[in-house]
Amino acid sequence: MSVVEDAAHSSAKGAKRPIRLFRNPMAKIASIPMILTAMVVFVGGTLWTVVHSFTGSRLLPKLNWVGLDQYERLWETPRWLISISNLALYGICSMILTLFIGFFLAALLDRKIRFESAFRTIFLYPFALSFVVTGLAWQWILNPDFGMQSLVQSWGWESFQFDPLNNPDIVMFGLLIAGIWQGSGLIMCIMLAGLRGIDEDIWKAARVDGIGTVKTYVRIVIPMMRPVFITSLVLIASGIIKLYDLVVAQTNGGPGISSEVPAKYVINYMFQAQNLGQGFAASTMMLCSVIIILIPWAYLEFGGRKNA
Amino acid sequence: MKLTTKLLAATAIMSASAASAVELEVTHWWTSGGEAAAVGKFAEAWNATGNTWVDGAIAGSGGTARPIIISRILGGDPMGATQLNHGRQAEELIEAGMMLDLTDVAEAGGWKDIVNPSSLLDSCTLDGKIYCVPVNIHSAQWLWLSHDAYEKAGQPVPTDWNEFVASAPALTEAGIVPLAMGQQGWQQNLAFGAITIAVAGIDAWREVTVNKNADVARGPEYTAVFNAVADARELARESNVQDWNQATNMVITGMAGAQLMGDWAQGEFSVAEQVEGVDYSCLPGLGLNEILDTGGDAFYFPANDDPEITAAQKELAALLISPEVQVSFNLAKGSLPVRGDIDMASANGCMQKGLGILAEGGVLPSGDQSLSADTQTQIEDLMAEFWSGDMPAADAQARYADLIASAD
Repeated sequence: MSVVEDAAHSSAKGAKRPIRLFRNPMAKIASIPMILTAMVVFVGGTLWTVVHSFTGSRLLPKLNWVGLDQYERLWETPRWLISISNLALYGICSMILTLFIGFFLAALLDRKIRFESAFRTIFLYPFALSFVVTGLAWQWILNPDFGMQSLVQSWGWESFQFDPLNNPDIVMFGLLIAGIWQGSGLIMCIMLAGLRGIDEDIWKAARVDGIGTVKTYVRIVIPMMRPVFITSLVLIASGIIKLYDLVVAQTNGGPGISSEVPAKYVINYMFQAQNLGQGFAASTMMLCSVIIILIPWAYLEFGGRKNA
Repeated sequence: MKLTTKLLAATAIMSASAASAVELEVTHWWTSGGEAAAVGKFAEAWNATGNTWVDGAIAGSGGTARPIIISRILGGDPMGATQLNHGRQAEELIEAGMMLDLTDVAEAGGWKDIVNPSSLLDSCTLDGKIYCVPVNIHSAQWLWLSHDAYEKAGQPVPTDWNEFVASAPALTEAGIVPLAMGQQGWQQNLAFGAITIAVAGIDAWREVTVNKNADVARGPEYTAVFNAVADARELARESNVQDWNQATNMVITGMAGAQLMGDWAQGEFSVAEQVEGVDYSCLPGLGLNEILDTGGDAFYFPANDDPEITAAQKELAALLISPEVQVSFNLAKGSLPVRGDIDMASANGCMQKGLGILAEGGVLPSGDQSLSADTQTQIEDLMAEFWSGDMPAADAQARYADLIASAD
C-alpha cells in the first residue's frame, strides 16, 4: 500500500518539476523491483515483527494484544541480561582487536616483505571457513583433555591452565579468540588495499621531512584511510550483531547460560519454546540497538557532508 | 526372517487396500546407537508392506529437531510422519488444522482398550479426536550405576539415591567422577525432575507441576529438593561432556559412578554389550519412590492434500502400534511398550522393573504433558544456570517458584 501512496505522492510533486523525475526513466523503472523488495521484505517484515511483539503469540502468530508484557518479561529474564552483557563484551573487544590486528598485519605486509602473497593467503584462509567449522575447530583446540592445555602440559609446564570453554568467567574470551582468528584476515586485506591506495609520493614527502615510519602511519596514513576504516567497522559490527552460529558450534551457550547471545535467545524462544511474541520482542530490542548505533553514524557521515 | 513373514501377514489386509507403494518421509531425532537400531525396526516393518520408508533423521536432541520439524510443517512442506513428544508441543498445530485426524484408525484398532496407561492416548486427544500414535513409554526417573567404578572404589553398589550420595567421597578418592552430567539444560532439568520425585514425593510434585501451585514450590519440600540438587551439582563438577550418550559412556567405561538419565540410556548399555546386574545397575525412581512418569514419543501425521499419502499415513499409524512392531521396537530402544497385552518376556531386568511398576499403576504424567514448551524452556534455562555456576539453592528455588506462578 505504502509503495503506491509513495509513488502517487512523488508523481504529484513531479508535476511541478517534470525534468527531474523523468530524467533517466529506464533506470528508475529498473529499480522498481529493488524498491519493492526493500519495502515489502525489509520494512514490511520489520514492521510485522514489531507489531507482533506486542501480542501473546505462541507457536503461530496471532493478534491478541498484551501490551508491553513481552518486554517486561524480557528485561526480567536473567538469560537475556547475560546475553546483552556478553554481546557488549564480545563487541567491544572484537571491534578493537580486529581493527588493531588487521591494520598491524596489513602494515607489516605493506613493508615490501618477501613471500607477501603467501602470508596474505595464510592470514586470509580462516575467513574461507564458515563459523560452524571455526567453532568446532576451536572447541577441539581449547578442549582441556586433548587440546592446547594438554599439549603445553606435555611439554613440561605441568601447572599450565587454559580452559576457557568450561569456565563461565572467561568463556567469552574463548569465543573471542575464534572470532578474531576467523575475521581479522579479511580486515587485513581491506586495510592492505587501503594502504596500497596511498600515493608513494606521500611516503617520499614524509621521509624528506624526516618523519618516522610509525609516526607517518599514525598521523598521515591512518587519517587518509578513513573510508577504509568505515568499511571495516561496518563489516565487523554486522558480524558482531549477528553472532550466533559460532556460539552454537563452539559452546552452545554453555557452560550453563554463560555464553548466551541475543540472537540465540531469539531463535530459542521463537522455535524451541514456541513463544513467538517473546522472540519478536527480543529481536525488536536487537533492532533498536542497531538503530541506536546507526543513526548517529549516518548523521555524521551523510548529514555533515550536505552542510559542507 | 520369521518376523518379516509375520509382519507381512499382519499387514497384508491393510496393504491390499492401498493402491500402490507410497514413499513416506519420516522425521525423527533418534540418532544415537541404540535409537538408530530401534528406528530401523520401524523402517523394516514399513518396507515389508511394500511401501518405502524415507528416513529423515535430524541430528541433535529434540530441542534442535523440533524447530526444524515445526517450521517445515508451518512452511507448507509437510513430511509424511514425524516424531514429537506427546503433550503440549503440537497443541497449536492441531488447533490450526495442520495435523491429520486419526480417530477412525484408532477406533478400528481399538486403541482405547489397548493403550496402557490411558493418559498416553489422552495427550494425543484434543476435543475428542485423536491426532497421534503413542509408540513407547519413556520415564526419566532412573539412576544408572557403574559396577566397574564401584569395584575400583571398593564400595558396594548403592541401592538408592541416599546411599549413592554417601558413597560419593569414596568415588572421588578413587579418581572417579561420582555423577556424569551432560552440560545441556534439558538433562539438568531431567535430573532436577528425578530428584524432585525422589525427595519431595508425588503429592508435592503433582501440586507444583500439574496444579502450578507456587506456594508449594516455595515450601519446605522443595527446599529439600533444591538442597539435594545443589549437592548433586557438586558431585557432577568434574563432568564436562555435552551429549547425554557421552555421559552414559562415562558410566559404561567406569569413568563415572552414576548418571541420572531416562530409560533410553538402556539402549546405549545394550549396544556396548553390557549386562544388567553384572556390569551396571538401574534404580527406577532413584530407589526411593518407585514411580515413573509416562512421557514418551509419539508420531504425528501432518495433514496432506494427496489422498494416496493420507491413506498411507493411516496405514503407517496402524502399523506402529501393532503388537509385533511394538515388541521389536521397544526391545531395541529400551523403552516400554504402549500396550499391556503383549509378551515382553525377552526384556531384560531393567525393563522388567519398569513393566512391574507400570502394572502396579505407579505412573505420573510427564512434565511435557503438564507444562508448555515456553515454561519448560524457562525452567531449563534456570537449571543450566544453576548447575554450571554457584547459585545458592534458595535463589534457585525462589526463581523456580516465580516461573511456576507465571506458568500457563
